[in-house]
Amino acid sequence: MLQLGTKDLAKYPFLAETGVYLRDKGFNLEQLGHPDWKPIVEKAYGRIVVAATGQIYGSDIEKLEDLDSEILSFVTAIILLKSAGISTLIRRFSLAEARRAEKYLEQDLRSKDERKLDFPVKIIQDLFSVKVTIQGDDFVIKVADYLRRAVHFHEREWKLINRRVEKGFVFLTSHETVRLIRRELDAYINSKIHSTTTLSIPETFKERVADLVALAKKFSDTVTISTEYPPCIKHAIEVLERGENLPHSGRFMLATYLLAKGQTIDQIAPLFKNAPDYNERVTRYQIEHIAGTFGSRTKYSCPSCDKLKSENLCFEIPECSGIINPVQFGKKRVTNA
Amino acid sequence: MLEKNVRFVEDTFKEYYFNHFELIHVPPRTSEREFGYQKFNAGMTRHLGIKNDKELHLLLMTQIPSDVYCSNAYYSFPNLPMSEKDWKEADLIFDIDAKDLKLDCRKEHTCLKCSTCQNVTTQQSSCSKCGSDKFETLSLTCQNCIIESKKEVEKLVEILTEDLGIKKEEIQIYFSGNEGFHVHVTNTEYQNLDSRERADLADYIMFNGIIPETLGMSKQNSSKLSLPDKEEKGWRGKVAKEIFGPKSKRPKIIQEILAGGYSFFQARLEGMRQTIGVRIDPKVTMDVHRIFRLGGSINSKSGLSKVLCKDLEGFDPFSDACLLDDEKAEILANCPLSFTLKNQKYGPYLNETISIPKYAAVYMICKGIADVP
Repeated sequence: MLQLGTKDLAKYPFLAETGVYLRDKGFNLEQLGHPDWKPIVEKAYGRIVVAATGQIYGSDIEKLEDLDSEILSFVTAIILLKSAGISTLIRRFSLAEARRAEKYLEQDLRSKDERKLDFPVKIIQDLFSVKVTIQGDDFVIKVADYLRRAVHFHEREWKLINRRVEKGFVFLTSHETVRLIRRELDAYINSKIHSTTTLSIPETFKERVADLVALAKKFSDTVTISTEYPPCIKHAIEVLERGENLPHSGRFMLATYLLAKGQTIDQIAPLFKNAPDYNERVTRYQIEHIAGTFGSRTKYSCPSCDKLKSENLCFEIPECSGIINPVQFGKKRVTNA
Repeated sequence: MLEKNVRFVEDTFKEYYFNHFELIHVPPRTSEREFGYQKFNAGMTRHLGIKNDKELHLLLMTQIPSDVYCSNAYYSFPNLPMSEKDWKEADLIFDIDAKDLKLDCRKEHTCLKCSTCQNVTTQQSSCSKCGSDKFETLSLTCQNCIIESKKEVEKLVEILTEDLGIKKEEIQIYFSGNEGFHVHVTNTEYQNLDSRERADLADYIMFNGIIPETLGMSKQNSSKLSLPDKEEKGWRGKVAKEIFGPKSKRPKIIQEILAGGYSFFQARLEGMRQTIGVRIDPKVTMDVHRIFRLGGSINSKSGLSKVLCKDLEGFDPFSDACLLDDEKAEILANCPLSFTLKNQKYGPYLNETISIPKYAAVYMICKGIADVP
C-alpha cells in the first residue's frame, strides 16, 4: 500500500486508502446525516452538477484548508449518485473525476521532488500495470502498453508512427502519459462507484437525490440522421459501378454497412452485379453469412474507420470528423444541456 | 485443376512428404494451435488439433494436402469453433509478397491465361484464339522480385529490432514458397495485442498515417519548421535521411518545404511510404485468428516449399526451396516465358511435350502453364 498524506487523498479520493483514512478518523454515514454536515452534502451535490455539465470540479489543493471536506464530499457524492441510480450521471461524474485526478497526476509527475514523483508513477503502476520510467524530461513506457491504450484515441497524433519509438519503448510527456490512462482511471472510478453499497441514506440526503433525478432528465440526447452515404461507402459503390475490382475487405465493409443501415440481402446483392467475378449464388451466400442468417450465426459489424484507414479504404472528408465508424456518419447528437 | 494433373502433383507431394519428414515439424506449443489444410479442387478443412509430428505426418500421408496451415494464435481449445476456442495470444506474423511491390520486372514474367479456352499468352487485350477478354494472371517470379522482397524483409527486421526492441533470436524468416517471405515473431511482449493494436503496429511499420507535426511542422504555423536530424532513432531519423539525402543541403531543402506549406509536406511524406515504408500485407499482421502456411510444407501455387532462411542474403528460393524429386516426367507445356530452377533454365515452350525433372513439371502445372499429357 502507498504511504499517503491527507493531501494525496484529497487529490485521489478514489484510492482504497480513503476508506482506511475515514475509519481512522472515525467518520461514518450516520454522522454525515447530521444537519451540521449539510455543507458537505451541498459540496458533493455541486461536485456532481459540475461534472454533469462536462466540466471538471476544480479544487486548488495547494490553497485548500479543509482537506477533509474534499475527501468527504467525494464519498458523499458517490452515495448521492448511487441512491439516484442514474448511470448517465455516474458516467459523467467518473469521467470528470478522472480528469480532475489527471490534472493532479500530471502536476505530480512534473514535480522535481523525488518523493512526489514516485507517487504518481506508483499509482499508474499499481492501478493500471503500466511501468513508467523517467529519462530526462521524458516518460517512457513499453510499446505494447502504449498500443493497448492509444488505439482508443482517434486523433492521428496518437498513432504509434507519430511517436518517438526506440528499442521497444515510447517516449511521452507527462501530459500524454496521464492522458493515456484516462479511460482506465475513468473505468476504475466508475467501478468503485458501482461496487459501493448504500443500504439506507440519511434524510438530509434525500432532497438532493431527488434533484439529481430531475437533473438527469435534462441530459436526454436527440439524434438527427442524414441519409447521405459516407465517402468510403460511396467510393466502394462507385468502384463496383465502374465494373472494377473491389477487394474483399471493401466488399465486406459495404455489406456490413448496408446491413447495419437496415437494408435487406435482396437490396444489397444486386450492387455486386458489375464485379468482375460476380456470381449471384456466391454473393448471396456471403452476405447471408455476414448478416448471421446462417453459418456460424455471427453477425458481423462494419469495420471501424481506423481499420478502413489501414486497409486504404478510407476517403475521409471534413464531415467525417468525430466519427469512429462509417455507420455513425451523418448522425448528429444534440444534447439538451 | 484437371484431375490428371491433380493425380501427378499429389503423387509428387506425397513422395516429398514421405522422404522429408525431417523438414516438416509441428511448431512449439502444438496442442494450443489450430491446424488446417486444403486439397486440390476442394475447400479448406480447419479447426483441427494436432498433437505431434507423428500425427502431422500421418495427416500428410493420408490426405496429401495441397497446402497445410497452422495458427499463429494459441487457444485453450483449438479444435472447437472460433467462438469457443478461447484465444490466448498470437505470434506476430508478417507477409511480404513481391506482387505487392509493383516492380517493373513483373510485366516481363507475367502471362495471361484465357479463362474461356485456357490459351496462354504474354500480353493481349483479348484472347487471340477465342476472343474472350477474361484472363487469369500468372506470374513466374524472377530473381529481381526476390532481391526486392529481401530488401523489404531487411527493412522490417531493422524496425522490429531497433524500434520495437525485439531480439533477433525471436525472429524467423521463411521463404513463403511462392513470391515472397513470411516473418514470424515469437515470445515477445506483443503476443497479447489484439487486431486493432496490431493494425496500428502495421501502420507504424508501413509508414502509414504520419503527420507533419511529428516532423516539426504544425498546421497553425506552417512557416516554422524544425526537421529532425539524420542521427535520430526511429522514423524521424529515417525521414531526415530520405529528405536530406547523402549530401546535406539542409537550408535549401528546408526552404523548399516551407514554401510548399503543410499540405505539400503531408503529400511528400505520404509519397515516401513507397520508398521507406515496409510493404507488408497489413491484413495478415492484423489477423489474430489466421491459419498461416506451415514451415516445411509445399506451396501449391508453385510446388516450392516454405523454408526457413538462415542466411537471407545468400538464400536462393529457386534452388534452396525447390525440394521435389528430380526424376524426369513428361508434360505438355504451354509456357511463353522462361524460368530458372536449380540453376537450370527452362522454356519458353509453345505447346510442346517435353521431358523435364518433376520439380520443374510440378512448378509449371501449379502455375497453370502445363498439363499432364
